[in-house]
Amino acid sequence: MKQLVILSGKGGTGKTSIAGALSHLANENGGSKSIVIADADVDAANLELILSPRYTQREDFWSGKIAAIDQELCEACGECMQVCRFDAINEASDGYSVDPFACEGCAACFYACPSEAVTMKDQLAGAWFRSDSRYGVLYHAALRPAQENSGKLVTLLKQRAKQRALDKKCDLLIVDGPPGIGCPVISALSGADVALIVAEPSKAGVHDMRRIVDTADHFDLPCVLCVNKTDLSTEGSREIEGYCRDKGLKQVGAIPFDIDVPCAMAQGQTVVAYRPDGPASLAIREMWRRIEAVLWGPE
Amino acid sequence: MILTVASGKGGTGKTTIAASLAVAIADEFPLYLDCDVEAPNAHIFLSPEFTQTQRVNQLVPSIDETRCDGCGRCAEVCQYHAIVVLGDKVLVFPELCHGCGSCTLQCPQRAIEEVPNVLGLLEAGTAREGIRFARGVLEIGQPMAVPIIRALKRWGPFGDIDTVIRDAPPGVSCPVVETMSGADFVLLVTEPTPFGLHDLHLAVQLAGELGLPVGVVVNREGIGDGRVDEYCRSVNIPVLLRIPFSERIGRALARGENLVEVLPEYLPLFRGLYVDIRSRLIEREGMR
Amino acid sequence: MYKMKLAFTLKTRADNPSLERRFGRCPYFLIVDTDSGKRGIMENPALQSQHGAGTQAAQFLVEEGVEAVISGDIGPNAYSVLDAAGVRMYSATEKPVENLLSDFQDGNLRRATPRGGRGRGRRR
Repeated sequence: MKQLVILSGKGGTGKTSIAGALSHLANENGGSKSIVIADADVDAANLELILSPRYTQREDFWSGKIAAIDQELCEACGECMQVCRFDAINEASDGYSVDPFACEGCAACFYACPSEAVTMKDQLAGAWFRSDSRYGVLYHAALRPAQENSGKLVTLLKQRAKQRALDKKCDLLIVDGPPGIGCPVISALSGADVALIVAEPSKAGVHDMRRIVDTADHFDLPCVLCVNKTDLSTEGSREIEGYCRDKGLKQVGAIPFDIDVPCAMAQGQTVVAYRPDGPASLAIREMWRRIEAVLWGPE
Repeated sequence: MILTVASGKGGTGKTTIAASLAVAIADEFPLYLDCDVEAPNAHIFLSPEFTQTQRVNQLVPSIDETRCDGCGRCAEVCQYHAIVVLGDKVLVFPELCHGCGSCTLQCPQRAIEEVPNVLGLLEAGTAREGIRFARGVLEIGQPMAVPIIRALKRWGPFGDIDTVIRDAPPGVSCPVVETMSGADFVLLVTEPTPFGLHDLHLAVQLAGELGLPVGVVVNREGIGDGRVDEYCRSVNIPVLLRIPFSERIGRALARGENLVEVLPEYLPLFRGLYVDIRSRLIEREGMR
Repeated sequence: MYKMKLAFTLKTRADNPSLERRFGRCPYFLIVDTDSGKRGIMENPALQSQHGAGTQAAQFLVEEGVEAVISGDIGPNAYSVLDAAGVRMYSATEKPVENLLSDFQDGNLRRATPRGGRGRGRRR
């Protein structure tokens, strides 16, 4: 069983659209791979919008704690405010209170309070789901807004997805990664065999591509790269090609901008299902062949 | 006025819009804060010259083994399992540490000292047209963006500023919360596609939880459908500006050009956006 | 042959359990004392940890006096803790634990290696 994680650095480069398209291609009659899919962008999980999943399981996700001060026990000594490094304790006329958005759950106030007026409360941070999609079982989640996206939910989803893939002897786990390079990305890339970096050839896209490649490198994760929306900038596309050559990275795809992609999205479909012989679809299909060779080809 | 420009979905054009707004109101000498510390891009559009830098450190525990008696209290209080006590050996895992200082405070032998661990960097300088610019950059491999954003907000290399534009990262979790927290108004940039709409909804919820007023900018109008407009109407959120989709605009932005340079007719519209937001805030103030 | 306290990572408490591949977030540990023959199943306190599950699980086993750990994947932080405590680590596949116990006694289990560098990926 192989694990492919799709990353980009910059948001909006097309990770999710590509993850959906690859899921379709892996499954197609002709494409013979059985897959499990995980949407690791738990902040803003969009993959289900093009996979028409039927929800089969829902679980609450508890994560982290928030401090709460019992006004009856509080003696207004102010120790909590003194020790809090996150500006999460406010002084009011009737005592001290915790700002739940600023509180990081470190419990420094809990241990510092001489009157035992602080309790640490478990947080219901969101929910995760297992769904049957067109192409395979999908693990996805919804983190409640303002929650800490520490990577724990991503790790949980991936573990469930990986376990299922192993149990059902699936060939491939596709992980649709989040933007950025921080905790959720680090959790998403953990344990993957290969990262597919989806780069956009704009100046911003190239800048962020370098940061995600450096991050993958930092964690010893091999990468392959594709350029999406190539005609956005021929100069940028050339720069990326040069970068790949210099770093010894394999470029597996060059996908032109194609209005079919948002059109397919509006129909709740992946672009390769919506218009199989459109320019983006043909390029993604070509890319999938190269990715297959990287994942299962000779070493 | 502190304005946060956010979106939910990545790639909708937050930086494009925020940078154009800064250029349109450059005569107000605004401060532009690039809070997308994982993947900062605003420098591409505003060309700042950095004259000041500051490291962002987190304080992580360092144990004086001569004073430590292996009681394990530090490990007990650490909520992040960043300290492990094994008999006479104490292991610290800085990437798990949140810098809360609790272990240091609670050590009965006062055997813990806090030492700096570099998380990232802050940079500041003047950008085009006198716009003041500051940003944070997360060190590669460091997991947490929030401490950098927090430090950036507190950093005051320019003193007190009337108008601050905070360019947020994508998503709706803690880094975005930190970027919105303390702001007066949230401008959400969206695209009229299902992904854009789905994430706009989340961002609206977030701003709502923080009690902040919201306005929307629809970018790449024409690439999708009217569902975003329908949604905004249904929740009574004003659409303050619309930018059309065009490949010409896309290519110019890809080159690092500002939107108000590609479409100079939009300069007064961005100025108008600023005035609109200001007057909405004054109205809101008046209604209290 | 070896007289020591072992820990196996378990998926379930069922009869004839198999090894759980994960270390930090495995649901249970099977602790076996090969000297006395005593064995017991313990819940992993790190299962629901938001952060640092590996370090927490490792510390738990050290406190239980475990001298060797048999698991599938031991992450770098957990590895550091167990290594510092002098706990031996073995890497095995998800076979029934009884088989692995025999493998251990026969000296047929492979020592676990730390994953390369900061390693979270699996470089070939």
